[in-house]
Amino acid sequence: MSEPIPPKPSQNRVVSVRDVIQRVIAPESTTWNSVLIVVLAFFTALVLSAIFVVGSDPNVIQAPDPLTALNVAWLDISGAYGGLLSGALGNPSTFFSKVGSGNVKVVASAFYPLSETLVAAAPLVFTGLSVALGFRAGLFNIGGEGQVIAGGLAAGFVGFSLHGLTGFVELPLALLAGFVAGALWGFIPGLLKARTGAHEVITTIMLNYVAIYLTYYFLSTKAFQRPGRTDPISKIVDSAAALPSLAGVNLRLHAGVILAVIVAIAVYFLLWRTTLGFEFRAVGANPDASRAAGIGVGRVVVLAMSLAGGLAGLAGANIILGVNYSVSPGFSSSLGFDGITVALLGRGNPAGVVAAALLFGGLRAGAVQMQAATSTPVDLVQVIEALVIMFVAAPTLVREIYHIRAQRSAGAPAVSTGWGS
Amino acid sequence: MLANDHIDLVVEPGEVHVLLGENGAGKSTLMNILYGLYHPDEGEILVNGKPVKFESPSDAIRMGIGMVHQHFMLIPVFTVAENVMLGLELTGLFGFLDRRRASREVERLGKEFGLPVNPDALVESLSVGAQQRVEIVKALYRRAGVLILDEPTAVLTPQETDELLGVMESLKRAGRSLVFITHKLKEAMQVADRITVLRGGRVVGSTLPGQSTEAELAAMMVGRAIRLGVDRSPSKPGAAVLDVKGLTVRNAHGQVAVDDVSFQVRAGEIVTVAGVQGNGQTELVRAIMGLDQVASGRITAAGRDVTTSSPRETLASGVGHVPEDRVRDGLVGDLSVAENLVLDMYYMAPFAHGPMLEPAEIQRSAQQRIKEFDIRTPSPLTLVGTLSGGNQQRVIVAREFSRPVTLMIASQPTRGLDVGSIEYIHERIVQLRDQGDAVLIVSSDLDEVFALGDRIAVMFQGHMSGPFDSQLYTREQVGLMMAGSSAEAAPAKGGGESA
Repeated sequence: MSEPIPPKPSQNRVVSVRDVIQRVIAPESTTWNSVLIVVLAFFTALVLSAIFVVGSDPNVIQAPDPLTALNVAWLDISGAYGGLLSGALGNPSTFFSKVGSGNVKVVASAFYPLSETLVAAAPLVFTGLSVALGFRAGLFNIGGEGQVIAGGLAAGFVGFSLHGLTGFVELPLALLAGFVAGALWGFIPGLLKARTGAHEVITTIMLNYVAIYLTYYFLSTKAFQRPGRTDPISKIVDSAAALPSLAGVNLRLHAGVILAVIVAIAVYFLLWRTTLGFEFRAVGANPDASRAAGIGVGRVVVLAMSLAGGLAGLAGANIILGVNYSVSPGFSSSLGFDGITVALLGRGNPAGVVAAALLFGGLRAGAVQMQAATSTPVDLVQVIEALVIMFVAAPTLVREIYHIRAQRSAGAPAVSTGWGS
Repeated sequence: MLANDHIDLVVEPGEVHVLLGENGAGKSTLMNILYGLYHPDEGEILVNGKPVKFESPSDAIRMGIGMVHQHFMLIPVFTVAENVMLGLELTGLFGFLDRRRASREVERLGKEFGLPVNPDALVESLSVGAQQRVEIVKALYRRAGVLILDEPTAVLTPQETDELLGVMESLKRAGRSLVFITHKLKEAMQVADRITVLRGGRVVGSTLPGQSTEAELAAMMVGRAIRLGVDRSPSKPGAAVLDVKGLTVRNAHGQVAVDDVSFQVRAGEIVTVAGVQGNGQTELVRAIMGLDQVASGRITAAGRDVTTSSPRETLASGVGHVPEDRVRDGLVGDLSVAENLVLDMYYMAPFAHGPMLEPAEIQRSAQQRIKEFDIRTPSPLTLVGTLSGGNQQRVIVAREFSRPVTLMIASQPTRGLDVGSIEYIHERIVQLRDQGDAVLIVSSDLDEVFALGDRIAVMFQGHMSGPFDSQLYTREQVGLMMAGSSAEAAPAKGGGESA
C-alpha cells in the first residue's frame, strides 16, 4: 500500500460555511508543509504578477526586436519588485550610509520603509485576529468593516471630547471606547444568531452598511463635526488620546504596533490557555458535542462575536488615534475585508495572522514607493494579494506545480479523488 | 504501512464469502484493492482465471466487480433511476435521457432479486435501508458478477438486516458471488458459505460455518479467547437514582416521541431499554440529559429534579452520558484526545483554576486514562477524529467513567465496535454497577440488551413496556415486543399479535 488514503466522502450533505472554515483552520494546516505552501503561493503569485508588470508597459510591445523587448521586460520587473522591496524594507545599498550619517533626519529616512510597513500592518493584525477568532468559534465575521468604523468613531469621539486628562487615562479610555463599540457591533449579530439562528454572514454584512451611513450622520452632528467645516470630518483628537510616536516626528511608527503584538499574544492565550477559549474551539469544531458536554453554545456565539467585534474595533481606534487623528468617511479603507484575507493566509492562527499582516503591510507600504519609482501602478499589489489567496486556497494546485507530496492525514484534501461509480 | 500481507482469497461463483475481522484488520484495504481504488505492491488478481490489472474502479466494474460502500455514493437530489443509470445513461433519439426505460430496468432488477425500490423516488427521501438497496441495484445494473458489501449491516436496523441477508440469498441463487465484510459473528454464521478471518493484515484462518463456533471465530479475530457474554453476579439494587414520571417529549416536528413514560433505575442495577431505532429512545435520553425539552412529566436524577435543568446542571449533579451518536454528540473530532477527555470537565479543578486552563494537568490526566482505558492513540495530542471507532468510543467511556457519577446513561454504547472493544466496554459497565451506580443502557442490539440488563424495558412508538426482570422473557419475546407486540401477548402465546 503506497497510495495515500483517499478521504472519506462526507455522507450526503451540502458543504456549509462551517465546513469551509474548518478546512482553513484544520490542524494539519499549521505544519511546516503548509508554511511551505504559503511561501510557494507567494512566489507563484509574484511570478504571475510579473506578466501584468510587463503587460502594462507599452515599450515592451513596441520594442524593435525581441531581445530589446526582453531587456525592457526584465528592467520593468526588476524595477517594480526592487521598488516594492525597498519600499517595504528599505534600500540595502544606502541603508548603512544613511544610518552612519549621524543626521537624525537621514537616519530616520533609512528606517522610513520599515516604519511604514509596521504602521500598515498594525490594523491588519487587529482585523485579522478578529476574523481568526471568529473562525475558531465556527463563525464567519464579515462585519469587520462595520466594527472598524464603530470602533474608530467611538475612539475618536472620546479622543476629541475629553480634555484635560493625562495620556495615561485618556488613551486607555479612547482605546476601550473603540473596543466596546466594535464589540457592540459584533454583539448584535451574535445575539441574533444565538436567539434566532440568523446567519452571521448576512447580518454582519448588513451592519457594515449601517455603520458606513451612520458615519455620515455622526459627522454632520455638532458633537462630531469640526467647527467651521461643512464637509464630513470630525474634530481632531487630543494629543493625550493619541497613540504615542515611537521614533520621533520623522517616522509615523506609533505605539499601536506594540499594542497589536500584545493583543495577538493575548488572543493566543485566550484561545489555548483559558476555559473560554476551550469553549470557543469546541463549539467551533462541533456545536452538538459541545452542547451535549454542557457548554452553553448560544453564550459562546454571543461572546465570540462580541470579542471579534472588539478586536476589529481596536483596528479602527488604531487608525484614528495613531494615523489619522480625526474621523472622516472611508477611513476604514476595507480593513475589515482585508482582515478576512489576513486570517485566511494566517490559517486562523494568531502568529500566522501577525506574519500575514506584516506581509500585506509590507506590500502596501512598498507599493507607494514602487509607483513613485517606476511606472507600475499600486494596483499590482492587489493582484499579488489576490493571487496569493487563490493559491493558498488551492494547495493541491501548488503541490502539483512544485511536485510536493501531500501529507498523509485524515480528511485533509477538500476534493476527493474521483471515486464512486 | 503494511495493511495487507500476502493474502490469498478465492471467491467461487454463487457463494457468499464472509470476510471477518476487527476494525483495522485490513478488510477494507483488501476490498479497495479488488475494486481498483488502491494498487497492490505485490501479488495479482485473477477474474475467471485470467490475471487482471485494475487502474481504477472503472476497470473493476468492467470486469464485473461491484461494490457497496459503507458510505453510500448516491446523489440525494436525483431519483433512484437517475442514480442507477448515472455514468451509463440510457439515451433515446437525439441523445435525450430515456428515463422511462431506466425506471423499467430498475423495477425489473428489483423484482428479480427481491429489492423493492421505487425508481422515481428521490434518494434523499429514502430510508438508509432503501438507499442501500439502490446501491445494490446500481451494482447489478452494471452487471456485477461479484458484489462486495463493505460492512453493510452497520447502518441497518435488525429488520433491515434480515431483509438484506435474504437479498444475499437470492443473489447467490442467481449465481452471483458475494463478498460480505463484517465483524458481526451471528450474521457471518447465518449466510456464509465460507468464512475467511483477517487479523493484522493477514489471513489467520479460513473455515466453513458448520465447522467453527462463534467463540472460535471471535478468538481467531482477536487473537485470544473472548468471552461473548459478560460474567456478572446478580444485582443488589438499592434506592432509586433515576426516577422518570409521566414523561412526554415532542420531537423537532412537534410529534409525540416519548409518550407518558414512567420508570426507575435503582442504585446497583442495569436497566436496558431495547427498541428499534426511532421509537423514542433517543428523545428519552436527550430529555433526561436536558438536551431536549420536556413537554410534561418529571425527571429526578441523583436526588435532584432535573426536569428543566441544562445539560451542564444535569451532568454536574452526577450523571454520566455516553451519547448515541459518538461522532456528532460525543466528541469534537478536531480537538485532541486529551482535550476530548475533559470536554465536560475542562472548567473544574484540577483542569482549570478560575478562567485559566491547566494544560499540564489535562495532559497528565490524559496519559493516565489512555493507559487505564487502553486507548490506542499515537499521543494525547492526536486529533480524536483520526482514531478508529472503537478507540473513539473508549475516549468517551474514559471521560464519562472517570467522572464521579451515581447515574450512568449510555446509548448504543458498542454500536459498530469490534468484539474486543465490546467485551471491554461491557466489563466496565458491569464494574460500574458493582460499585453501586445506577446504569441505564439504550440499545437496539438484543445481544447487548440481554448481556447487560438486570431489568429490561422495551420502547415501541414512544411507549415503554417494563422494565421487567430479565429472566422473565426470552430474546424472541423481546424481539417481538420491539416489533410492537404487547408484553402481555408475547409470553403467553410466545408469538406475535399486534398490540
